[in-house]
Amino acid sequence: MQFFTDNFPLLRDAFLTTLGLSLLAGLLALVLGTVLAAMRVSPIPPLRGLATFYVETFRNTPLTVVFFFIIFGLPQIDFVVSFFVGAVVSVGMYTAAFVAEALRSGINAVGPGQAEAARAIGLTFGQSLREIVLPQAFRTVVPPLGNVWIAMVKNTSIAAGFATTELAATLPRLANANAGDILLILLAVVVGYMLITVPSAYGIHRIERRVAILR
Amino acid sequence: MTERPTGEPLVRLSGVNKWYGELHVLQDIDLSIDRGEVVVVIGPSGSGKSTLCRTINRLEAIESGEITIDGQRLPEEGKELARLRADVGMVFQSFNLFAHKTILENVTLGPIKVRKQSKADAEKRARELLDRVGVGHQADKVPAQLSGGQQQRVAIARALAMDPKVMLFDEPTSALDPEMINEVLDVMTSLARDGMTMVVVTHEMGFARRAANRVVFMDAGRIVESAVPETFFTAPSSERAKDFLSKILNH
Ligand SMILES: Nc1ncnc2c1ncn2[C@@H]1O[C@H](COP(=O)(O)OP(=O)(O)OP(=O)(O)O)[C@@H](O)[C@H]1O
Ligand SMILES: [Mg+2]
Repeated sequence: MQFFTDNFPLLRDAFLTTLGLSLLAGLLALVLGTVLAAMRVSPIPPLRGLATFYVETFRNTPLTVVFFFIIFGLPQIDFVVSFFVGAVVSVGMYTAAFVAEALRSGINAVGPGQAEAARAIGLTFGQSLREIVLPQAFRTVVPPLGNVWIAMVKNTSIAAGFATTELAATLPRLANANAGDILLILLAVVVGYMLITVPSAYGIHRIERRVAILR
Repeated sequence: MTERPTGEPLVRLSGVNKWYGELHVLQDIDLSIDRGEVVVVIGPSGSGKSTLCRTINRLEAIESGEITIDGQRLPEEGKELARLRADVGMVFQSFNLFAHKTILENVTLGPIKVRKQSKADAEKRARELLDRVGVGHQADKVPAQLSGGQQQRVAIARALAMDPKVMLFDEPTSALDPEMINEVLDVMTSLARDGMTMVVVTHEMGFARRAANRVVFMDAGRIVESAVPETFFTAPSSERAKDFLSKILNH
């Protein structure tokens, strides 16, 4: 118990950093991913091409390399960001590719007749996407998006290697100072992640049941 | 609305051609439809009836020729096209009601988002229309809770809510159980009586005789024959129409 009381402030701050990083990166990924998915199904070929290029690039690049690019590459072109913001942007941009893919499969699962009927009553492409296609797509993609979110929460640990003191970064630090308590340290960090992921999984399940559409 | 000079058709297709790759689905189609006219399109499977219907609101683009509605050429894309589509009602074989919205929302969406009506006005009108097609008491259900015949009547109400100049029907009763066909045809017949301009792809000969001003017979991407129903059914002039009629009337 001595270990926990001694290190509580560090663990708490690290937990809050992981939580903040997850929420901000998740928001960025959701917004950017939705825009990318809309671009991929748009009738305008250059938009489709650009979105495909983005998704394929980020999906096939290791997250660590994305961090390197954002945190060390961008300053080369005089664009300096703080480590925390760099981590949010890296994780968010990387995850956006997966969100876009999940949404695209959801969009494809919405029957073509739905969008056709929307266009037939005079909705524009954007309106039919907003009113008809995306709301139905979001419902079918709640489980896959949930998986993307949970994977992303764990992926925020890459930020430990780029000077952000989130949960995973406390591991080596605490281990050095408390060699006898390795198992406790691991337990504390794992519990930290589970405090985010377990309620998320529960919430996702609730949302899934709530939004299911009768077909 | 100002009346246009008499004689100008509401819908005019001239020299329309369309290909799907190698397949020449619409070949030199000329067709004019007057205000208040009800045109039934029949023909063998694959003859291009659905494609013809879908080019009229540009759900399918054409390669050559011209289509005008109320004297206005169909715009290529974007907002202009959306505005024009709002004036052309369409009823699909598979209903295509918006699965995540209630029956009432299905009918009010277009008037609110496209015609910019207030929610209250749109709902009042939607309830009138739903009553008219006989599904007023189902307004708060979702589409999956309705029978096929009820869904198709909602789809008709949804199209009518836009106050369209013309209504397109692509085999509106083909996906229905036999006992539900008449409830939909009755709604369509009363629309025809009320003077709605209609293009109806159907094999329901009873409806054609009762409600149509003209039957257009298509085969292999061409309009082969165009005649008043009585003449078409009793004395078709082309061999292909005779052949087709003998097949569908004898089974
Ligand atoms: N999207 C498409 N891509 C390629 N070919 C198509 C497409 N849609 C239709 N076709 C072909 O075009 C031809 C005409 O199709 P269309 O659906 O207009 O026929 P139809 O007269 O409505 O037939 P049915 O009575 O079976 O509905 C058919 O040979 C069909 O296979
Ligand atoms: Mg057809």
